[in-house]
Amino acid sequence: MKLTGAQALIKSLEMEGTEVMFGLPGGAILPVYDPLIESSIRHILVRHEQGAGHMAEGYAHATGRPGVAMVTSGPAATNIVTPLADAYLDSIPLVVITGQVPLSVIGTDAFQECDTIGITMPVTKHNWLVTDPQEIPRIVREAFHVATTGRPGPVLIDFPKDIANQMMDWGWPELVDLPGYKPNLKGHPKQIKDAARLMSEAKRPVIYAGGGILKARAAEALLELAELTGIPVVTTLMARGAFPDRHELCLGMPGMHGNYTAITAIQRSDLLIALGSRFDDRVTGKVDGFAPDAKIIHVDIDPAELGKVRRPDVPIVGDCKNIIERLVKAVVADRAKHDWADISPWMETVRGWQRDFPLQYEQFEDGPLKPQFCIEAIRDHTPTDTIVASGVGQHQMWTSQHWRFDHPYTWVNSGGLGTMGFAIPAAIGAKVGRPDRTVWAIDGDGCFQMTAQELVTASAERIPIKVAILNNAYLGMVRQWQHLFYEERYSEVYLSPDLPDYVKWAEAMGCIAFRVDSPEDVVPTIEKANEIDDRPVVIDFRTDASENVYPMVPVGHSNDDVIVGPPAGEGSR
Amino acid sequence: MEQGTHHILSVLVENKFGVLTRVAGLFARRGYNIFSLAVSPTEDERYSRMTILVDGESAPIEQVTRQLNKLIPVISISELSAADAVERELMLVTIVAGQDARSQATELAAIFEAKILDVGYESMTLMVAGQPEKLDAMTDLLEPFGIVELQRTGRIALPKLSRQSSKLRVVKPGSA
Ligand SMILES: Cc1ncc(C[n+]2csc(CCOP(=O)(O)OP(=O)(O)O)c2C)c(N)n1
Ligand SMILES: [Mg+2]
Repeated sequence: MKLTGAQALIKSLEMEGTEVMFGLPGGAILPVYDPLIESSIRHILVRHEQGAGHMAEGYAHATGRPGVAMVTSGPAATNIVTPLADAYLDSIPLVVITGQVPLSVIGTDAFQECDTIGITMPVTKHNWLVTDPQEIPRIVREAFHVATTGRPGPVLIDFPKDIANQMMDWGWPELVDLPGYKPNLKGHPKQIKDAARLMSEAKRPVIYAGGGILKARAAEALLELAELTGIPVVTTLMARGAFPDRHELCLGMPGMHGNYTAITAIQRSDLLIALGSRFDDRVTGKVDGFAPDAKIIHVDIDPAELGKVRRPDVPIVGDCKNIIERLVKAVVADRAKHDWADISPWMETVRGWQRDFPLQYEQFEDGPLKPQFCIEAIRDHTPTDTIVASGVGQHQMWTSQHWRFDHPYTWVNSGGLGTMGFAIPAAIGAKVGRPDRTVWAIDGDGCFQMTAQELVTASAERIPIKVAILNNAYLGMVRQWQHLFYEERYSEVYLSPDLPDYVKWAEAMGCIAFRVDSPEDVVPTIEKANEIDDRPVVIDFRTDASENVYPMVPVGHSNDDVIVGPPAGEGSR
Repeated sequence: MEQGTHHILSVLVENKFGVLTRVAGLFARRGYNIFSLAVSPTEDERYSRMTILVDGESAPIEQVTRQLNKLIPVISISELSAADAVERELMLVTIVAGQDARSQATELAAIFEAKILDVGYESMTLMVAGQPEKLDAMTDLLEPFGIVELQRTGRIALPKLSRQSSKLRVVKPGSA
């Protein structure tokens, strides 16, 4: 069968099971948009290519399937660099296709030419420039394979316009043959045995679960391991939902804005079982002072993570699900032969911290609206399997802290790159992938202004997400740092609560919109929003600008220096 | 550079365009220091071999190899410590050597088993191959003549044969 390169590309995407792609056409990619008309693939027309990338990420977060985006060359390719970098740091499987000027003029500074391969090399797991239409099916297969296996990540295919127009003989490769790419999933039996032994001897063990649990679809295995051993679990920002918050062994989030118990349990532990986590600086604080007495078991599919920050006593390269399942067996075998250390005194200490240092904030009846109160109200008036996306800033930390994540794949956020503007497009992508679920974006006013135009996409495509803007009139997280570390010298962080008018803006974009100023209106407005299911809804919550995120480990400090709450007098009543 | 402070990575890569950029970009991005780099075809035309001398101080060599291994076109990496490798380098050097200095230069060339490639009225070009230290020594001795131009290829290396089976550490596929 003879196909054009463009037809072959679309057909290859279909062969890979692509059901939806996010994109925006332009000159170099024009030929590929033509066969798309006949394709089974749903295309969602975005308003900015960054939106396409984040939507693809949100889709991948929520479904576990690779997100696909397609844009044109030059400025469109550079517009999608941010989502690529975001997906690269958070190990999100993406397949991005960029148009490119014809091969015959590459290197001549042609109209809308840029070196997309060069620009995206550092932010993709791999990228390909197609130089022969005959290669298209193989490259697409390789791209999906690389994006979704091993440590997942974004890949990019740069697609010159003349390749799209040339003819090729269609054939679908049975196998992927990449001699330099063989992820090791299995793990070493001896190391698994050693790990089980360490776990049996530990008196103060903690499981440090990272995003790898979700990538490996290992949440059930993790639950089994934790329940079998009774070892408590902390879930990092990337792993919220990987272990249910309602579970008595769940200690919640560690790190810079983690809760006291999660942070301190790690610090005092004698064994840290790191599963798909990477000792990120936002978790470790000052590395020298991190969990000083702990031996380390580190399980990760990426060998480069083992020993990158902290040298493990037992390193295990492999897929988290497979390794945890085998750890469970090894633990059972070990228990048959050996006595296990009693960890009940440790658990009592941990319970004491939980009792003494809960997360705290206070909503006064007639006082300013507290952001945490809004988040908890949304949480308590939505189904427990609601998917929540957030932007980056204080609202993100509060959401991670105050939401109750009881199901995997319900938390969609930008962890590694910390990309403002992530929430709205990511929520749209998640809703496209999981139309059966309620999807909320909990966004900051600053973040909202970066990608709000995608609400036009959501209205046009009838993607009924719900958006809560925690409008504190500030770039709040930056304000917080200026408050704490620059003697309240506020430099370029004020945004204004009503410029723009978020309600009018949302309405202009086809949404239903509400404004909430006082605590008593919070729940009734959320309930109104819940009733709308045919278009996006936006609520502008006017929140207290002086509220700061606590606990906090100041940057460069050891986790021992965690500040639990605001000094007396901080914040308004 | 002192003997022994470096690591030699012998990296088998796919022979495709852009692979050198991927490798060099990774080193730059992660702050690893390259002392020298030589790329050459291999007996199999699908692959090329990069011999990379890495500064052992700039990063733990294990991190360097593990990150390199993540590049899809990297097929395999062998790590050689300086003590376990035979290393050779090639140098071309043009020196000032008019009539009166020519015979002296020729003598020196003979001692170092250098070849005279070209002779002009006022200068001559020599070629010498050998261990990097030998090239350093020869460079020192040529200095008084006046060096017009000098180029070195960077080292290539292979494992010492008597120790090959035990000391050649193949670090792909990745394991801990
Ligand atoms: C694209 C981008 N630019 C700048 C920053 C730095 N930054 C981190 S949080 C933040 C403030 C976010 O403001 P807002 O969305 O209002 O959230 P808030 O902290 O007020 O909840 C800024 C500017 C960033 N993370 N991303
Ligand atoms: Mg704000």
